[in-house]
Amino acid sequence: MEFFQLLLSGLANGSVYGLVALGFVLIYKATEAVNFAQGDFMMLGAFVMVGLVNPEYLGINFWLAVPLALLIMGALGYLLDLTVLRFMFGQNQTAVVILTIALGFVIRFVAGLIWGHEPLSLYSPLALGDFRVGGVVLSLADVSVIVVTLLTTLFLWQFFQRTKLGLAMQAASQNQMAAYYMGIPVKRVQGAVWALAGIVAAVAGILYASKGTLDISAGFIGIKAFAAAVIGGFGSLPGALMGGLIVGVIEPFASRYLPSGYSQLAAYSLLIVVLVFRPHGLFAQVRTKKV
Amino acid sequence: MRFHFKTTYDQDIRLFPDRWTLSVYAVLLVLMLVMPWLINDFYLGEMTNVLIWAVAGLGLMMLTGQTGQVSLGHSAFMAMGAYLSVNFMAMGLPFLLSFALAGIVTGLIGAIIALPALKLHGVYLAIFTLALAILADDLIVILAPWTGGVGGYFAPPIYIAGVEVNRWVNPWAWYYLALGTVLVVTLLYQNLLRSPLGRAFAAVRDSEISAQAMGVDVARTKTIAFGISCAFAGLGGALMGLFAGAFNNETFNFLISIQLLMMIIIGGLGFVHGAFLGAVIVAFLPQFLSILTDTMGSSSIPGLEAGIFGAILIAFILFEPMGLYGRWLKVRTWLELFPFARRDMFKRQKSYLKTERLR
Amino acid sequence: MSLLELKNVTLKFGGVTAVNNLSLSVNEGEVFALVGPNGAGKSTVFNMISRFYRPFRGSITFDGQDLLKQKPHQVSSHGIARTFQNIELFERATVLQNLLVGRHRHRKTMLLEEILFIGRARAQERESRHAVEEVIDFLDLQPYRDKHIAGLPYGVRKVVELARALATRPRLLLLDEPASGLSVEETQDMRWWIEDIRRQMGCTVLMVEHDMGLVGKVSDRVLALADGAELAQGTPAEVQSHPAVIEAYLGTSAISKTANSQGERV
Repeated sequence: MEFFQLLLSGLANGSVYGLVALGFVLIYKATEAVNFAQGDFMMLGAFVMVGLVNPEYLGINFWLAVPLALLIMGALGYLLDLTVLRFMFGQNQTAVVILTIALGFVIRFVAGLIWGHEPLSLYSPLALGDFRVGGVVLSLADVSVIVVTLLTTLFLWQFFQRTKLGLAMQAASQNQMAAYYMGIPVKRVQGAVWALAGIVAAVAGILYASKGTLDISAGFIGIKAFAAAVIGGFGSLPGALMGGLIVGVIEPFASRYLPSGYSQLAAYSLLIVVLVFRPHGLFAQVRTKKV
Repeated sequence: MRFHFKTTYDQDIRLFPDRWTLSVYAVLLVLMLVMPWLINDFYLGEMTNVLIWAVAGLGLMMLTGQTGQVSLGHSAFMAMGAYLSVNFMAMGLPFLLSFALAGIVTGLIGAIIALPALKLHGVYLAIFTLALAILADDLIVILAPWTGGVGGYFAPPIYIAGVEVNRWVNPWAWYYLALGTVLVVTLLYQNLLRSPLGRAFAAVRDSEISAQAMGVDVARTKTIAFGISCAFAGLGGALMGLFAGAFNNETFNFLISIQLLMMIIIGGLGFVHGAFLGAVIVAFLPQFLSILTDTMGSSSIPGLEAGIFGAILIAFILFEPMGLYGRWLKVRTWLELFPFARRDMFKRQKSYLKTERLR
Repeated sequence: MSLLELKNVTLKFGGVTAVNNLSLSVNEGEVFALVGPNGAGKSTVFNMISRFYRPFRGSITFDGQDLLKQKPHQVSSHGIARTFQNIELFERATVLQNLLVGRHRHRKTMLLEEILFIGRARAQERESRHAVEEVIDFLDLQPYRDKHIAGLPYGVRKVVELARALATRPRLLLLDEPASGLSVEETQDMRWWIEDIRRQMGCTVLMVEHDMGLVGKVSDRVLALADGAELAQGTPAEVQSHPAVIEAYLGTSAISKTANSQGERV
């Protein structure tokens, strides 16, 4: 029973990692850049939700607030692209990485100014119920996190495989110049991707906040999400989710069965092992540059 | 405007290409040497801090600015330098030897760690090193017998030639220790830049493929770059830990490496001067901000430093990717050419991203 | 005497055969040209000699030694230098520094000597600079010596890349489309240089080139490739008039028109 309990909580945590990892992969697929601020996006999404729902702020109905939060974060993602990232067009990957790290600092600062530095809880209907299935306590929050994450991944995956915009996003990343010539509005497509990443971050944030308390350092789970994205193979949406679940499941088991102190090491050690032996994750995509 | 007439090859090899440059730096050196008489103890401490950051910054600059490899994990090597120096001193070695050994051993370990990381490019290397920095925190706790664990270490007293170097008793001695270290590290850095290895670093940074065609062993070159970079970072970390007086597993957390990286970018990637200019910003920004919030009458705002630092960095990446030193070079060229400078002289070339993956 | 020898070399990318059972032999002191339409596998041949690609089958020997046993960075130590089709210079370094990287294969100093700048380090620097200045004089690069690559015009970059290859003091120089993107005058200069390189430096040249005018003037022998396989081999005139070559370039209908088009760009 304990096994299932650990597994469930691992899967729920892992789903959040997976969702943040999805955000990385989305942007990576479409712009070849890595958004180190995705974790902070998630944190911001959670706080926007708190601002909308909690009685000490606006006190809107939860279900009404969900689409609003998604909209706000989507708009924010788009605006960020419009005002900052668009100027990075054509610059190298590392510059974008460093830019987004700095962006994370700024987001954390702004969130701290608005919502303070004390931990807050979201008034979420998901946080209320627990039910028992044969000795295992299922919390409504955990189950809904897992379900919503699966649906989101499925949706995004289909979006990239099937829709015109999804394909355009991929084309835009692989060869900007050629995509231009093919009539793909590369810049607008990139704006759409950042908006999408904002929306995914809001979903992750709402789920994260439903599971427990929230403070401005919540964005640091982005680092675990990185491990997830790398383990799954950067550039693969289902891979990101798988990686997230792997990292999520390792954690509770490691802290249960490894001596204390060592349990923290598990996820990052796995990351390093994967990077060294399978640097491009489970779905390798990189070959050497042609000269 | 100055003209360089080159008559011997030595002019390119010398550290200072002409008398003018030599005299500028000589004046600067004298100014640095008389600094303890010019400013009070508080600001002397801040200057020491600048120099310490510059040592670590030069380390990361060697890797990121010269060799083009991004590391988000240098805090781990700074920690290693700090802990090693204290352990060597505990073994009874004199301070200067412990200090130098700490740098060398950190460099060797860094090179060994770099071996598996070599095939990683760009973002992957960044993530690998970030993981190292986070792991370091936990490893320090696990290795409590050598690190003092969560409790950490109090820095032991430092004696150089029988004189105690104590931040509170004789801050000038600490200042000279940091200044001496910075001068040595800068000299070594410049020596590398004028040698085949330093040029191999730049070759690896700009085009691995043609570096190979020119006979540069890319993997080996990266390993050496990583090792030297870690050695300098180790020296910087040792100074930082000892100067702070006490340190534990959280002193050198991964945010320190991020700050270090931001610092050299703001200063100017690829320039020795950049490490110094960046260090000035890192060390004085908190002072400046606290003075600012004081005069505005508000209490201190948590997270303000990091937020402003992030905003400055964003501004630099967008508007002046070559950093403060790059801006200075442009201003200098403009002044030298006045009034003939053209607007488009410093225009950046537009490039288009082309993927290196196939599918 | 043959300096470079490829025997029955085959390379496949996935299902595509890039080079198919190709054999060629370059003699010491000659200028040998590879021609052929885009995608014929010319650059691939270069990349195999540079060891960026490993052939599927076959052997590559240089001066009797097996090149396939070498790692990419070891190739230059045998005296093989190359340029790249799309120019691969060290963008953020100066022209002088780029050329000095070309001296890397002659490096004798150890890390410690360099970082302390003691022992042989200074003498080695002088020697490197002396060697590089000769190349700078040879290719008239004096005005650009201390300029950063990033600001140089295309034509100059092309020359700098040639200079960097020459700075290694090669026995065999691989030139990947030396004249592409150059103006008529620059192409003319390139022609004199290639001839001088061969005559003054005694360097063997293997080049890939589309400009048949240049190929016809400088090369001793030409090998035409199509779809990774040899079409024809011989003197420039022989190859240009070879029916299979004309067909590959222009299609059968054009054979009659080419009689008077020798020396034009193809």
